[in-house]
Amino acid sequence: MFRQEFIERNAFLLLVLTLVTIAIGGIIEVVPLFTIETTVEHVKGIRPYTPLEQRGRDIYVREGCYVCHSQQVRALRDEVERYGHFSLAAESMYDHPFQWGSKRIGPDLARVGGKYSNDWHYAHLSNPQSVVPESLMPAYAFLAETPLEADDIVARLRTLRAVGVPYTDGEIANAAVDMATQASPNADNVELLKRYPKAVTVPGNGRVVTEMDALVAYLQVLGTMVNFADPANERLQQ
Amino acid sequence: MADAAIMPHSAPDYNEAVVRKFVIATVFWAVVAFLVGVWLATELAWPQANLGLSFVNFGRLRPVHTSAAIFAFGGSALFATSFYVVQRTCRARLFGGEALADFVFWGYQFFIVMAALSYVMGFSQSQEYAEPQWHLDLWLTVVWVAYAVIFVGTLMKREEPHIYVANWFYLAFILTIAVLHIGNNLALPISMFSAQAYQVTSGVQNAMIQWWYGHNAVGFFLTAGFLGMMYYFIPKAANRPVYSYRLSVVHFWSLIFMYIWAGPHHLHWTALPDWTQTLGMAFSVMLWMPSWGGMINGLMTLSGAWDKLRTEPSLRFSVTAVGFYGMSTFEGPVMSVRDVNALSHYTDWTIGHVHSGALGWVAFISFGAVYYLVPVLWKRPGLYSMRLVSWHYWIATLGIVFYITSMWVAGIMQGLMWRAYDQFGFLQYSFAESVIALHPYYVIRLFGGLLFLIGALLMVYNLIQTVRGKISTSEQRIVMPAAVAVAGE
Repeated sequence: MFRQEFIERNAFLLLVLTLVTIAIGGIIEVVPLFTIETTVEHVKGIRPYTPLEQRGRDIYVREGCYVCHSQQVRALRDEVERYGHFSLAAESMYDHPFQWGSKRIGPDLARVGGKYSNDWHYAHLSNPQSVVPESLMPAYAFLAETPLEADDIVARLRTLRAVGVPYTDGEIANAAVDMATQASPNADNVELLKRYPKAVTVPGNGRVVTEMDALVAYLQVLGTMVNFADPANERLQQ
Repeated sequence: MADAAIMPHSAPDYNEAVVRKFVIATVFWAVVAFLVGVWLATELAWPQANLGLSFVNFGRLRPVHTSAAIFAFGGSALFATSFYVVQRTCRARLFGGEALADFVFWGYQFFIVMAALSYVMGFSQSQEYAEPQWHLDLWLTVVWVAYAVIFVGTLMKREEPHIYVANWFYLAFILTIAVLHIGNNLALPISMFSAQAYQVTSGVQNAMIQWWYGHNAVGFFLTAGFLGMMYYFIPKAANRPVYSYRLSVVHFWSLIFMYIWAGPHHLHWTALPDWTQTLGMAFSVMLWMPSWGGMINGLMTLSGAWDKLRTEPSLRFSVTAVGFYGMSTFEGPVMSVRDVNALSHYTDWTIGHVHSGALGWVAFISFGAVYYLVPVLWKRPGLYSMRLVSWHYWIATLGIVFYITSMWVAGIMQGLMWRAYDQFGFLQYSFAESVIALHPYYVIRLFGGLLFLIGALLMVYNLIQTVRGKISTSEQRIVMPAAVAVAGE
């Protein structure tokens, strides 16, 4: 049965054996990642994205930022010195989809959060060459003129919960409020920070929440959730 | 096996209409893919070329280029040749009738146009080489199932006792792409009326599944399918049987078994567990052997017919393609070694590697097939101009050389700059300094791409004239008797 002379006379057998042959490698490499406990470290500080950060992430995905920016600091000396602690699996556990990227036309963004001010990000996104003359980045000024679609935020968070992001009922119920709060510096953000520690409030334009506000909120949280100085996280230091 | 390759053309009433349509689509999308590529190269050399317009920003246009090159140009070439080859080698008309074949053609073209429009309008799901949103993914699944039904149905009703080797590769390509496409695109939409969906998996598992898909888009779409092309058109154009049947068998089973493991080499030194990275690396290195087995089988098919390279410029494309295939499949395993990858990953070296495969292998083997097919399908005595084919060949080859050498230098330089330390033990270069250093190489790459595009435009002109039934007046074609040709050596 497994002689080629026989297989190639039988289309159905050729089909089945081909499927079996190509299934083996994929199964062995993919399935254990879901079952082996240590694949994703248990680390303090990782939380789901705030509604505004998540919307910023949707824009990051939509614009294809990953074609030029990776979000994965590799465990190599120079990368750790340039960008910060190497990326942990846990840090992208709520990323649907992951955006590790495969090319650095621009620098890695896994730990860009907090490295630059909000103002710098607004200026940079609107006209990258105004702050980095060497930059090859296109301008994203149109994001500052596009109001953020906010109506479907509950549907988005619910869908994310269905695929495994642990949003609570309270977080979903407050999604619209949290989104508005994070984009208005004068609003009371105590509740927001209780639900989402380290969320960065963005200045906005005072009139309407824009797509750029969301994107900046997302960029500002990247890589900041885990406190690597915390002794509880020390065993991660290899 | 050998018999199948030299089968007579008389025989059943083949469905050549759908093959002709796909050949036209192949040539059309080739020009689109190269043109968008040239534009993107311009944007990287001079970012002002982004024009400040959201829909031509690099991030939105880049998937248009990759989808146009891989799925539109490469895909149409695969549809055209697989439909042509399966009918000839099975001596059977396509299963499912004309309507089903036409559905596959128009359904697939619709998918391509909608995908490209969706990217520029801002609907990418940003999974590399799987950017279309969920409703387009579903549509493609329907088209692909119809394609599989036609192909397998034709194999089932074949008149030939054996299934020819080219069809094994086409079959593996069709089946595996179906599995990969479905596996990688599992996503939950936020509503039936929204394009927005979220991937079912996240983070490290999503990364592994994406590169299981991504690398096998290379392995099965851009390799197995095009090997099917190699196994039919090189023996036909050279008028020789395939060099070794036994090697074909070993080549086929080992290639499809090993390719599927290679994905993790896209994720070296990342948060993906080490055991997975090591498996991916080991299989990528082993993959060198079946790849070169296939290359040897393709090249050695020409033994005794090497002189045809002088008289048949289209065969020159096919054979050079196999040469580039050998080169890329050697470079790939080298880059998959973890310590080489530490340098090469995230740099333009990868871009150079991909293009030596995409331009040198995929495009060249397709050009060879198209030059062979057009006179046959339109029942013309020959191509309009052999000299233009020659010009196309040399301009395109030169373009590839400019492209890949500039990207090698750029990539290795970039990788070395990122890890360079000064005498005090600090990183020597800022990221921006590495960007400036790349500028001249980006200009050279643009020039290489431009040459490749010009070559393709020559092909378009040549093919249009051929279909119009013209023969170049400046070329006197005297059909020499074989004995004279040999004496002329």
